[in-house]
Amino acid sequence: MVKTWVTKQFLFSMFVTCMLFGSLGNVLAQDNSPTDDEVNAISKQLYCPVCESIPLDACGTQACIQWRDTIREKLSAGWSEEEIKQYFSNQYGVRVLAEPPIKGFNKLLWYLPPFSLLIGSLLVIRLLAKTRTNLNTLDSGISNIDNADRYVDRIENELKQWE
Amino acid sequence: MGMSRINSTKTSPSYSIIRHAKDKLGQIAVWTLLATLLVFLAIKLFQSSLGPVRSGTPPDFTLTTFSGQTYTLSELKGQIVIVNFWASWCDPCKAEAADLEMIWHDYKDRDVLLLGIDYADTKDEALTYLSTWNITYPNGPDVGTRISQSYRIRGVPETYIVTQDGLLAKSFIGPTSYENIAVILEALLDK
Repeated sequence: MVKTWVTKQFLFSMFVTCMLFGSLGNVLAQDNSPTDDEVNAISKQLYCPVCESIPLDACGTQACIQWRDTIREKLSAGWSEEEIKQYFSNQYGVRVLAEPPIKGFNKLLWYLPPFSLLIGSLLVIRLLAKTRTNLNTLDSGISNIDNADRYVDRIENELKQWE
Repeated sequence: MGMSRINSTKTSPSYSIIRHAKDKLGQIAVWTLLATLLVFLAIKLFQSSLGPVRSGTPPDFTLTTFSGQTYTLSELKGQIVIVNFWASWCDPCKAEAADLEMIWHDYKDRDVLLLGIDYADTKDEALTYLSTWNITYPNGPDVGTRISQSYRIRGVPETYIVTQDGLLAKSFIGPTSYENIAVILEALLDK
């Protein structure tokens, strides 16, 4: 009987302990530390100059790990995405940004591709129009030759009749 | 009647001259744009193929150290300046860290200045690195990676030795040693 009571007490105390740790875990999970997804959302917009052409979220070098830790620290401190990107841009140069700001010479990067596409399209349209005009001219030239032949035939026929 | 007038306007000599001029201007604009792009690309390719600075007057820079002191290379004429690019995440930098500190220890009283430039690094890790290796010579971050870009460094570590006259005496791409630097310093100090 005593043994059963002790076992029940033990089980009850274990249950309470588990509940306490469980609730503690919940409390710990509610702190403001940023998630990996939040860190990666900013990381993928940055490129470390050490490993060119690899975004920060996909880079495994020590330098990139340190940079991601810095992003985590800044997010924990309440910095916004723009503030963090600005910090990295100031600290390591504009070249670390996946999308350079539309300022100064960088404007060329943004405006040149659509501008080139527009100019290219216009050139193609013009070339096609010119080719069509040339074909029309050729057609009318051929019909003129036909007309001329008909006139020559008619003149020849009339001359024969007159003879 | 009206149609034939339009046609005659379109085929009139002045109309064809204007149209010809327009065509020419368009062609000139397109070719100019293409030529500008090609020149720009050529310049960029040439710059990237130049590699690190190897001789002549090295690019000037101003370094603000972690402790707040400021050094401008062009104002340091009269003394030998060793410029070392490093980073806390760089393993080969660790291989030369103790040697550089020894150089500083042995030559700082002989008009030799050693400047450490921390490349693409985070401040906390950089300071930990400096304290781990007991580095006492002036060190500062390469803010905006401007200095490293002007020296066109390919990686870290890289070390440049500038003479008393402000000319580049020697550059080491990759880790170097006490002996390598000391030989150059002795030669420059003997002059």
